[in-house]
Amino acid sequence: MTVDADSTSTKFAAYAHPERLVTADWLQAHLGEPGLVVVESDEDVLLYETGHIPGAVKVDWHTELNDPVERDYLDGAAFAALLGSKGISRDDTIVIYGDKNNWWAAYALWVFSLFGHEDVRLLDGGRDKWIADGRAITRDVVEREETEYPVVERDDSVLRAYKDDVLAHLGKPLIDVRSPEEYSGERTTAPAYPEEGALRAGHIPTAQSVPWGKAVAEDGTFRPSEELDAIYRDGAGLSAGDEVIAYCRIGERSSHTWFVLHHLLGFEQVRNYDGSWTEWGSAVRVPIVQGTEPGEVTRR
Amino acid sequence: MTDAILAPNLAEIRDEFLAVEERSRLQLLLEFSDELPALPERYREHPDLMERVVECQAPVFFFVEVDDEGVVHLFATAPEEAPTTRGFASILVQGLAGLTVDEVLAVPDDFPQMIGLSRAVSPLRLRGMSALLGRTKRRLRELG
Repeated sequence: MTVDADSTSTKFAAYAHPERLVTADWLQAHLGEPGLVVVESDEDVLLYETGHIPGAVKVDWHTELNDPVERDYLDGAAFAALLGSKGISRDDTIVIYGDKNNWWAAYALWVFSLFGHEDVRLLDGGRDKWIADGRAITRDVVEREETEYPVVERDDSVLRAYKDDVLAHLGKPLIDVRSPEEYSGERTTAPAYPEEGALRAGHIPTAQSVPWGKAVAEDGTFRPSEELDAIYRDGAGLSAGDEVIAYCRIGERSSHTWFVLHHLLGFEQVRNYDGSWTEWGSAVRVPIVQGTEPGEVTRR
Repeated sequence: MTDAILAPNLAEIRDEFLAVEERSRLQLLLEFSDELPALPERYREHPDLMERVVECQAPVFFFVEVDDEGVVHLFATAPEEAPTTRGFASILVQGLAGLTVDEVLAVPDDFPQMIGLSRAVSPLRLRGMSALLGRTKRRLRELG
């Protein structure tokens, strides 16, 4: 059972898919409603335990969404077991929120979307704004009754790009959402983040640099549609009908941009390349450009 | 795993973690996180004296002192929004309390892997605690 979309925001109304966002007021008013499950997803595995929205369950990207052995996401059976254990049903409305402007929340939303969970939304502003606004958080342990979530195989073909897909895509729009330093090749990791192992530095030829955080305002909420247009259409040159691939370092920051391009701006064909720089920057014989210019695709 | 004899505080912390089931270990880590003492005044005003653990995602800084009796004092700070890192730092601050330089240097490098958090927290994140332990030891060797 799904719950109604949040139609209270004029800002949302200008987005292509306003039903993908909820305001904090809306969420607060709907907490506890049957058919609604609130999920917190953060970078830090313990942040949820320090205080979370009442009734919210936690999904950890690292220990729960990634396969523990292979560099891949969990499979259909594991996803069913995970959502079942959280008390989520296939037809529930899921509202995800998290720290750092919904960075990891958007990542979780993208992974949930690979399994075709239909109604999954983000809380505009995420965890930090909820707390900054003085709304209630609690350390109470949440017990939800387990559900039978059906086993649905993951479909990578629409929302996810592999390295070979990116090679075949060269010449069409790419968005590099990493920091300017990573894009130019000065460094291989985000400033203030640990080395995660890429042998070469730079970016994929022709990729436009649009750091992911540009999509959010100072208070952590998504920028209004006209500002997003200025960034992605005027700035990065995307136009209606484009097929776009976004990438970052391991695919988490680019999930956030994927959400913006796909759900807020309405680009139909947007894929997230989760192999991202930690794969591309270590792969043999793939083209790389250094410096601040996008560069060109050269055939060889 | 190593068979080295653990200092009493560290052994106690390890036993505490291993005595509870996995999901409760995060609650225990949260308790440690809450208990991380504030920095003494002299470091609060001198962030330049602190060394950053660059292996940690969160900004965690530490400082090591050895007093006249040769006892090691570890001070660490990490932001509230990085409770895992705070928890790791707190475990080491409490676990190393009262140990001499030689005793700290004898702490097994794989102590972070001995407390049963690999699955609950993930090995990648545990690297943060290994890095703090490793950097603390390196500082002590430099001081010695």
